[in-house]
Amino acid sequence: MQSSHPASDAITVNNLRKTYRIREGGSWRGKTREIVALDGISFSVPKGQIAGFIGPNGAGKSTAIKILSGILRPTSGEVQVNGLVPWTNRVAHVARIGVVFGQRTQLWWDLSVGEGLALLRDIYGVDPERFARNRARLADALDLGGIMDQSVRQLSLGQRMRAEIAASLIHDPEILILDEPTIGLDAPSKLAVRAFVHELSRDRGTTVLLTTHDMHDIEALAERVIVIGHGRILADSPFEDLRMTTLSERILELDFHGTPPELALPAGAVETSRAPHSLTITFDPRQIPAPALVAHVGHLPGLDDLRISRPSIEEIITRFYADHAA
Amino acid sequence: MTHTPRTLSALGLYRRMASASIVAQLRYPGTFAIQAIGNFVTTLLGFFGIWSLFRRFGSIAGWDIGTVAVLYGLVNVAFAVAETLGRGFEVFGGEYVRTGSFDRLLLRPRSTLLLLLGHELRLRPIGRFLQGAFVLIAGLWLAPHVQWSAVLVLPLAIAGGAAMFLGVLIGQAALCFITVEGLEVVNVLTYGGVEAGQYPLTMFGRWLRRFITFVLPLAAVCYYPALFSLNHPDPLGMPIWIGALSPIAGFVFLGVMVLIWNRAVAGYVSSGS
Repeated sequence: MQSSHPASDAITVNNLRKTYRIREGGSWRGKTREIVALDGISFSVPKGQIAGFIGPNGAGKSTAIKILSGILRPTSGEVQVNGLVPWTNRVAHVARIGVVFGQRTQLWWDLSVGEGLALLRDIYGVDPERFARNRARLADALDLGGIMDQSVRQLSLGQRMRAEIAASLIHDPEILILDEPTIGLDAPSKLAVRAFVHELSRDRGTTVLLTTHDMHDIEALAERVIVIGHGRILADSPFEDLRMTTLSERILELDFHGTPPELALPAGAVETSRAPHSLTITFDPRQIPAPALVAHVGHLPGLDDLRISRPSIEEIITRFYADHAA
Repeated sequence: MTHTPRTLSALGLYRRMASASIVAQLRYPGTFAIQAIGNFVTTLLGFFGIWSLFRRFGSIAGWDIGTVAVLYGLVNVAFAVAETLGRGFEVFGGEYVRTGSFDRLLLRPRSTLLLLLGHELRLRPIGRFLQGAFVLIAGLWLAPHVQWSAVLVLPLAIAGGAAMFLGVLIGQAALCFITVEGLEVVNVLTYGGVEAGQYPLTMFGRWLRRFITFVLPLAAVCYYPALFSLNHPDPLGMPIWIGALSPIAGFVFLGVMVLIWNRAVAGYVSSGS
């Protein structure tokens, strides 16, 4: 299924801008104000790549996803997806992409999964043989055998998400857009979704654009990460680079049963906050490995507990924004 | 990826969506039966009010019970057809715009009108339909000067009326892009239209007559075809043959609403709200 032009891009975005007009105070005659959702972003995704698209709420992610999906027209800029401009020919465009919105269903609540897939076959005009093949393949890969005859209403969130992913792929889209595909899922379901997306990309060469708030999704899947904040691209790099620069940072939290003592920290570690019974230290494991730092603080009087964590994606992006804002 | 989609025709796809919706509705047959019977009884009670008036006074302002029954039957049958087809538009604000599901619809490679028509082929209005058809036939039985050849116009009137009411539902859905929940006020045109259509045009004041003739072509799909079929001259002086053609106005109205709908969808896609 790989294209004969491996270098060609599945998605190209050039200087994309979108501004919304909102009415202030919510009244009918109130003044309108312009909100810039996308402030001239450019990127391209080669065929077959899994690109993570991350950023805090309100960063412009959803706007970009909507434009790429053909359901929103930008204010200016150029976009080509599979060689088509999404918003000028919605019907031709959406026939060639698959989209999963984690929080919305595309199946029919009152129909069974199997009935819903059959209806999608007719909506997309998938020929019966191809449909039977895809259905069998997806049922196997996403473990849908037991739920084909259940109505969507009765499915658990994890089951529903697997059914949603099958529904978005029944017509063999060249590009799959996943918007928060693991939100609210339990750990086994998250793992199943990730494993499936990984195989899909490897075996079928499907291009995947993934938005998520879950750092583990990005770690497990994305070869490349585009960080968006306040309508601009803050970083666009291979995942490993992002990990090396920002994600390398760790946070050590210490709980005390008395007042935390004053302490001298080794190079690479900084005390970032102090509370009556706790202390937070941020450190760079390239300078001071976690075991060494733990050994350093382990003997402190009154120490009850300690935890090491990574900064959340929100924290990283907040910092990115702070670093990149003029 | 070179596959030529064996795309189902719009009608074929509609048939598939409609049958899926019937399957879903009949999954709870008890609920469906109660709703359909309730629908039948409620509409029937409405007619008893009119019937008892005529039983008391014989005829009112020159209109006999037969003529009024034909009007009543026409408008209710037409509205029942529109309710059956147009459920997706009726619930559009609450189920599509407010929840954001309209975006989902736009992700499907089909016209939004077709997808919303396929939202549900609603069986419940069958109560109103049967009751209206029953009153219509009874009216033809009772009316003094039925033109049996002219009665052929009634199916056209029903189709035109259904088109008009469907147009109202589509217009109401288009308004939801602005008001989200849709304007309750539009119910004046649907349920109010059904009420108004049950009475001869002469019962209304001048401005209301104009409204239901020129804005909402209710008179064109009900009153004039009924007069034509019953060979009843129009007290307001319109030539009687008008009734054979006027139901076309219902289709014109639907066409205008479809244009407005397409404009509204284009506006939604460009504003994103």
